[in-house]
Amino acid sequence: MPEIVVISGKGGTGKTSLTAAFAHLAKAAVVCDLDVDAPDLHLILQPEIETRQDFFSGHEAIIDPADCTRCGLCADVCRYQAVISASGGFSINPLKCEGCKVCVHFCPAQAIRFPERHCGRWFLSRTRFGPLVHAQLFPGAENSGRLVALLRQKARELASQTGRTLILSDGSPGIGCPVISSLTGTDAAVLVTEPTPSGLHDLQRVADLCRHFTIPIGVIVNKADLNPETTEAVQRWCEAENADFLGALPYDPAVTEAMVRRQAVTEFSDNGSSAPIRMVWARIVEQMQRTRSPRTAVTAAPVK
Amino acid sequence: MIVAIASGKGGTGKTTVTGSLAWVWNRKVTAVDLDVEEPNLHLFLKPEILGREVAALEVPVADESKCTACRACADLCQFKAISVLGSVLLTFPEMCHGCGGCIAVCPEKALSSGTRELGEILWGRAAGRIGFCMGRLRVGEAMSPPLMRAVMEKLASASPNAPTDVLIDAPPGTSCPAINAVLPSDAIVLVTEPTPFGNHDFRLAHAAFRPLEKPMAVIINRAGLGDRSVYEYCHSEHLPILAEIPFDRRLAEAYSRGRIVAEALPAMNQVFTELVCRLREWAPVESVREVALDA
Repeated sequence: MPEIVVISGKGGTGKTSLTAAFAHLAKAAVVCDLDVDAPDLHLILQPEIETRQDFFSGHEAIIDPADCTRCGLCADVCRYQAVISASGGFSINPLKCEGCKVCVHFCPAQAIRFPERHCGRWFLSRTRFGPLVHAQLFPGAENSGRLVALLRQKARELASQTGRTLILSDGSPGIGCPVISSLTGTDAAVLVTEPTPSGLHDLQRVADLCRHFTIPIGVIVNKADLNPETTEAVQRWCEAENADFLGALPYDPAVTEAMVRRQAVTEFSDNGSSAPIRMVWARIVEQMQRTRSPRTAVTAAPVK
Repeated sequence: MIVAIASGKGGTGKTTVTGSLAWVWNRKVTAVDLDVEEPNLHLFLKPEILGREVAALEVPVADESKCTACRACADLCQFKAISVLGSVLLTFPEMCHGCGGCIAVCPEKALSSGTRELGEILWGRAAGRIGFCMGRLRVGEAMSPPLMRAVMEKLASASPNAPTDVLIDAPPGTSCPAINAVLPSDAIVLVTEPTPFGNHDFRLAHAAFRPLEKPMAVIINRAGLGDRSVYEYCHSEHLPILAEIPFDRRLAEAYSRGRIVAEALPAMNQVFTELVCRLREWAPVESVREVALDA
């Protein structure tokens, strides 16, 4: 099952708007929103949720004041400054607790409980473009990498059940835990950048990450007319790095107008960036057919 | 005072705001880039780098000759970073969160302290007057919060001979990296754009940061674009809007050339100068923190 993920390094380059357009253009894809802490794809795809599940991952330490002898050993062993000492008692700051269990283990009074952490929810939904696998991590929660790995697993299951032949995923910004989890074992990454110093800088770092995991990349420059010289620099960089330059898209106010109307830009208008987006998508499909090597096993994602 | 500039959605203008605020700030100020996965502030402030050091996480190193395969370490580890297969002890340093539990629990002292490189910390000075500090995550490293903590510790431990205000450029999102970046702050400024995505992620960020009980205010970037949903939300939640930055192609072009917009465009200089005044009125934190870096 070919899997492609749309990422960018830098946020706000247009990953989700482009993924929505690709979802519109793709035939027979399972769409997956892997930006689990700030997901936006559902705003365009307007899913009807069919399955809703809780996501539990890791644990958190909670001090029971009735059993606590106030010895303070927990505060000494905690590496995350998560133990709060106030008015003679001790408690755990859940935002700082890493769930490492060290305080639980060393507490001489066994006063620290260690329940599972309810981190978010995930959904299987129906949309006008086909099935959508998505989630919402609770605000401030951890373990986004594990939730990403879970969503990808569910997307693969759904694809094989429904006979869909592609998994198209919207990724998150950055190069950390959720991005690593969305990349490992995927067939290709589409990197969306913009012609700015930060766009180029972040593209190079996320491309390094893809190289680290030997994932083939294709590059799209969005809002290319904002700075034609930097757009050309990205193109030259792609040639030097043996990365596939998928195309340059103009800045197009229709992207925001389409978003306001909850439509993919290719649904909303045939003008502006729509035609170049269709060309980019055709090139992605062509590249996938040409270079796809069968992958039998998908390696486990390192998760936080 | 320490002000964190955060957002929820990426690309709303955090770095633009942090860079321009630092540029027009009329007290001693240090700009800190805690978006360690994709740090960008240095591309605009162009600081002279005066020092750097590698930040590392403590991970276990096994001495197999001492290990009795009692499994105490593997049973305690919550992150699958250590396991015992038969009589063989295996460590997976990339999975380790650096809690130190395995080293403390081993009865044979078969585990000792090693390191995994998280990335680097760089510091310096921009335009001769703006203190600068950043973290840069090693490509392939999954965990950014330990490096962020190392950057803030570096900032705090450096010589306190020159107290300074601090502006933190935070990473996007609403999960642990974003929370860790705003934790050291006295006040949070959320930068958003008036689009459906901007509004949705802004609400998530507001919900994520609310339990911290820090004052929060809003800057609306690309005003004039999209719809009114962000304004309606700010109004209903009593979130003060400190500034609106108009949607203007000249601004985007200045940014694309690596310029600080408050330096490049006189109208923007005025917007940010007024913003500094409003920030001070809104968050009158007079206790100037004793944080500074040796220049």
